Amino acid sequence: MSVYIESGNIISPLGFSTEENYANILSGRSGLRLHTDSRLSDVPLQLALIDDALLESTFAAVVGDGSGFTRFEKFCLLTVTSLLKNSSINISSPDTVIILSTTKGNIELLESRESYDPRRLHLWHSAALIAKHFSAYNKPLIISNACVSGVAALVVARRLIESGKYNNAVVVGADIISRFIVSGFQSFMSLSPEPCKPFDAKRDGLNLGEAAVSAVLTRTKLAGAEQQIEVVRGAMHNDANHISGPSRTGEGLFHAIKDALAGDKVDFISAHGTATAYNDNMEAVAISRAGLNKVPVNSVKGFFGHTLGAAGLLEAIIALEAMKDNRLIGTRGYSEHGVSEAINVIKDTGRHEVNSLLKLASGFGGSNAAVLLRKTR
Amino acid sequence: MSIDLREKLKGELIEQLNLEDISPADIESSAALFGDGLGLDSIDALEIIVLLEKEYGIKISDPSAGKEAMASIDSLAAFIEKNRK
Amino acid sequence: MLGDGDELFSLAGEEFAVFAKAVYKSLEIDYPKFYKMSNMCKLGFLASEYLLKDVNIKEKLVDRSRVAIVLACKASSLQADIEYSKTMGEIPSPALFVYTLANIVTGEIAIRHGIKGEELMLVQQEYDKEQLSDYVSTLIDEGNTDFCITGMVDYDENHHYFADVCLLGR
Repeated sequence: MSVYIESGNIISPLGFSTEENYANILSGRSGLRLHTDSRLSDVPLQLALIDDALLESTFAAVVGDGSGFTRFEKFCLLTVTSLLKNSSINISSPDTVIILSTTKGNIELLESRESYDPRRLHLWHSAALIAKHFSAYNKPLIISNACVSGVAALVVARRLIESGKYNNAVVVGADIISRFIVSGFQSFMSLSPEPCKPFDAKRDGLNLGEAAVSAVLTRTKLAGAEQQIEVVRGAMHNDANHISGPSRTGEGLFHAIKDALAGDKVDFISAHGTATAYNDNMEAVAISRAGLNKVPVNSVKGFFGHTLGAAGLLEAIIALEAMKDNRLIGTRGYSEHGVSEAINVIKDTGRHEVNSLLKLASGFGGSNAAVLLRKTR
Repeated sequence: MSIDLREKLKGELIEQLNLEDISPADIESSAALFGDGLGLDSIDALEIIVLLEKEYGIKISDPSAGKEAMASIDSLAAFIEKNRK
Repeated sequence: MLGDGDELFSLAGEEFAVFAKAVYKSLEIDYPKFYKMSNMCKLGFLASEYLLKDVNIKEKLVDRSRVAIVLACKASSLQADIEYSKTMGEIPSPALFVYTLANIVTGEIAIRHGIKGEELMLVQQEYDKEQLSDYVSTLIDEGNTDFCITGMVDYDENHHYFADVCLLGR
């Protein structure tokens, strides 16, 4: 029995639909801008932020009255509402579960000058709000596993559907950029003052970004549909090495790749590629250990920045769109190979037959995840 | 003056880095702080950067710049004496 | 599906840091990193120490790349988040920021015991053992996991804490 990924919606600085986002990527446009607004940071920063005015107007048009919802809640409600317009599933049915993937949810409320209900800081509150809005039958599942959350959500959704517990899952991944998050990454000195350069010799850190992404996973094969995309297999493994530094030997990621592939071939890898010195090298080591040196690999964080809880899902959907289009997207920001292993980093966007892809993610806590997506025969 | 700074630093490190079962007497001024020595890690290095700014007004904007200075209490004290505001 | 060694800590009526240190000392282990951990991580660490102290349990965990950790919490890292946010006004603390994620506790447990299997942190409004064990069953059935440390580790913003962990296996 197979599990398919039926459709996806992306809300990001590059557009409010998957089509718009993908078209902008093909044109080489990036969502990263230099922001000088002192609300988030005392120093100018490269960030990919969703425009508030556009968010408000789109929310009003698509969902309804936005007053009373936080920015994070609007992100989630908007992406799922948009998603459902293109999906045949009934989100309120007993055979459907909602899975929320986020690292910090409404944490920006801590910075709020206005009073707020403290329960709103809780991720279960956000999930319950989303579930109620869509009249969900089942209790939602909430995954908060640092930056692997988005990929973890795909892996968990697949397992729950395959086990027969549900027929469908609506997976939502979102995080907003707040001073809390910015200041934290600044304390780690892991932000680059420039647009990031994944796998590049001159890479010097990541950029933060925002996105709200959702997707439908289902066991139902659409009758008469053009090629569908199967969520074949996935895995998560811990490095058991350090809570913030990645394992130099790519331990956890290597195991995740091995278990996700289980001996299958793969045509393309969408890496985590945050453009920090350590992450990119660790990934290269893991990919090399898995014998995948020749497989084309990219990172799209040069277009979106690092979108935290949304990242895995966002980048999986983009990779999926490119796979449907038989195209490989170039790694924006990469020009000179700068990792210790000879892996095949894609520089320029171009046509290429792609039938299967592996999406990777790594995160604080020593987490690593990999999921295999494949066109049905 | 310099010896007082070293003792002061040992106390501050113990406090800042939560080295609860260690006393200043346990820290040798010339011993390595990272790797074997006290076994400090990358997060501790970042916290020492915070300490340098908070207590001594020295701002380090690149983590690798502080690496040499943080090799031992001795090198840290020397760095502070050279750069403090 | 067998369940082994339920361990339970709950409100001890004392300030947690004091209580946690006393428990740590009573375990007679040498793990100075303990003192750097957030309260939630100390809680999870101590709970897993007690669980894995049991020789019967420890001897089962031969291949640690096939041991998983699947935990749930209610408050995520909110108590640690609030601690970190207090430093935002002056100089943000990286040692506090690193603990502002719900899953760091699974990382700390994994590091301590060399556990390299699957890992996951879920958030639940109320402790839902069924949601956890349902998922752990599918994980074990998939074939790459033999045992799973699972349960709840929660430390909330009002300093209420609760830990209940057990080992599930084939």
